[in-house]
Amino acid sequence: MNFMMIFKVALLAILRNKTRSLLTCLGIIVGIAAVIAVLAIGKGAQKMMVAEISSMGNNLLMVFPERRQQGAVHAGMGSGQTMTAEDAKAVKRELGHLVQSVSPSVNVNVQMIRQDKNWMGRVTGVSSDMPEIRNWEVAEGRFFSEAEERNCSRVCVLGATVVANLFGDENPVGQSVRFGKMPFKVVGVLGSKGANGWGQDQDDVVMAPYTTVGRVLQRSKFKSVNMMNLSLRSMDDLDEAKREITQLLRQRHHLADYQDDDFETRDTTEIMNTIGSVSGLMTVLLTAVAAISLLVGGIGIMNIMLVSVTERIKEIGLRMAIGATPVNILMQFILESIVLSTVGGAIGVVVGVGGAKLVGEIQHWPILIEWTSAVGAFLFSSLVGMFFGFYPAYRASRLNPIDCLRYE
Amino acid sequence: MEHLIEIKDMRKIYAAGEEPVNALDGVSLTIDNGEFVAIMGASGSGKSTMLNILGCLDVPTSGSYKLDGIEVAARSRTELAHIRNRKLGFVFQNFNLLPRTSAIENVELPDFYLGRLSHAARRRRALELLKRVGLGGRGTHTPAQLSGGQQQRVAIARALMNEPPVLFADEPTGNLDTKSSIEIMNLFTELSNEGITIVMVTHEDDIAAYAKRHLVMRDGKLVKDDGAKSSAPAEATP
Repeated sequence: MNFMMIFKVALLAILRNKTRSLLTCLGIIVGIAAVIAVLAIGKGAQKMMVAEISSMGNNLLMVFPERRQQGAVHAGMGSGQTMTAEDAKAVKRELGHLVQSVSPSVNVNVQMIRQDKNWMGRVTGVSSDMPEIRNWEVAEGRFFSEAEERNCSRVCVLGATVVANLFGDENPVGQSVRFGKMPFKVVGVLGSKGANGWGQDQDDVVMAPYTTVGRVLQRSKFKSVNMMNLSLRSMDDLDEAKREITQLLRQRHHLADYQDDDFETRDTTEIMNTIGSVSGLMTVLLTAVAAISLLVGGIGIMNIMLVSVTERIKEIGLRMAIGATPVNILMQFILESIVLSTVGGAIGVVVGVGGAKLVGEIQHWPILIEWTSAVGAFLFSSLVGMFFGFYPAYRASRLNPIDCLRYE
Repeated sequence: MEHLIEIKDMRKIYAAGEEPVNALDGVSLTIDNGEFVAIMGASGSGKSTMLNILGCLDVPTSGSYKLDGIEVAARSRTELAHIRNRKLGFVFQNFNLLPRTSAIENVELPDFYLGRLSHAARRRRALELLKRVGLGGRGTHTPAQLSGGQQQRVAIARALMNEPPVLFADEPTGNLDTKSSIEIMNLFTELSNEGITIVMVTHEDDIAAYAKRHLVMRDGKLVKDDGAKSSAPAEATP
């Protein structure tokens, strides 16, 4: 039996009832389109997050002091007061073979005042190495220098949001701004980075030398820092660097062997892993949704194929009478079902890709279309057709030719 | 000498309802090559059952059926399909052409299942057959564009596609007017003269008159057979 002929018969049967065929495909179309579109949007978001995390810094390693604990109440990360700027200096001094540069980070919330305008925000004290560690760009002016850091100069670099709120359209470089009662000179403006993947405004920042912040803005006598930012020479040495830093800090903090670390290290691979596991979970959920919609679509196809078999029972009888074997009839109806679901799958892929691109255009969302998933969904839709087409086709093939020919 | 069709003590029992119905009640019969046979009888006499079994569309409950030397009484559905495809041609009362399919494609259909000819040869043969039944210029017409008589001619051309030794016709003129009926019967006569064996079921005497041998059935039994010329009378059952 000629395959092209069966294919042609299947195609004709589908085209004979265009509306019905389209409605039958709809379940598959919606299922495939939804999976492709959501996957494209999800993968795009994942890619954006990964890119953002890589942009957090070059070979970034962060060290946070232990969370402060009062009784059973834990405070937030970085709230402990065990780590000092001296620790940061020590790391740079002693572990220079592993660590490129180090910057402590001290956060102080202050009221920022400039003439009649004011803005409540956070001043972060960092070292002059910070732009290199965190991949920051200075849009205007310059970052503060090492000399200014050493001399506790009252200089600062502003983020775009702070500039907009305090200076409007004016150029802030060279002007003065007060943090509480302390006047600081603005030496530069950071490049705008917009909101991060979690919606946090990354431009609502002010950077000043940690020495100055510690001396004039931080109230407490104990000059603790909120965290340390380290740029490693190579990410390959990550484990060794962590080990050596831990050793050094334990030594500096005079911890006995039985005591736990009073700090913790974080690197971006951990965050990447978290994103990976979240997106893995998303993939599992999507697969479940896809399976359900394809199941529903497949049942729709099975239903229509059963109707089609009944409708064309005389044709089946005639084909059998002139020599079609049960296998011929089986193949004919399975192929019809496969064509139906595959066409549905193809339309679904087109609609899904189109929909994802449309959403990307309108909402400015990053879209990442994985062609493997499109091809996979397409192939799976034809499998659905084969699976759900089998029962109606089998029923057709078991029909008795005389009953078919007599059927009214 | 081998008979084309040879059935012995054939029975078909339908278990419909409470009483089993003996649609065929021990029929024995031989038909030779080239015969033109009409099976007649009132409705319910078993003539359609007879034709269905002879046409390998149905299987007998018991008895033997040899077609062209091979036993077909106990064959699988697939084997029966192959036999129908190669050995038999069917002409039905209601034509049974595929709708929305051209006459030429309808005629080609049996060879699609046989796969004997190339695409071009198949088309050539279908065109020849359409010419043979007098529909030379109408190959592209669909059944809806053809009259009843023309549709039946297409059906006859289709039945001849695989060059079967036997043609079975079930009330071939039942849905036709008198003029078309005569044309169709003349076509059958021509085919018979060319040596094709034809077995036809009809209840109309004037149609049956075209046949050269007449079998009459009643209550599942063969009650009259006027064609004793070649076949020896059915052996009396002991």
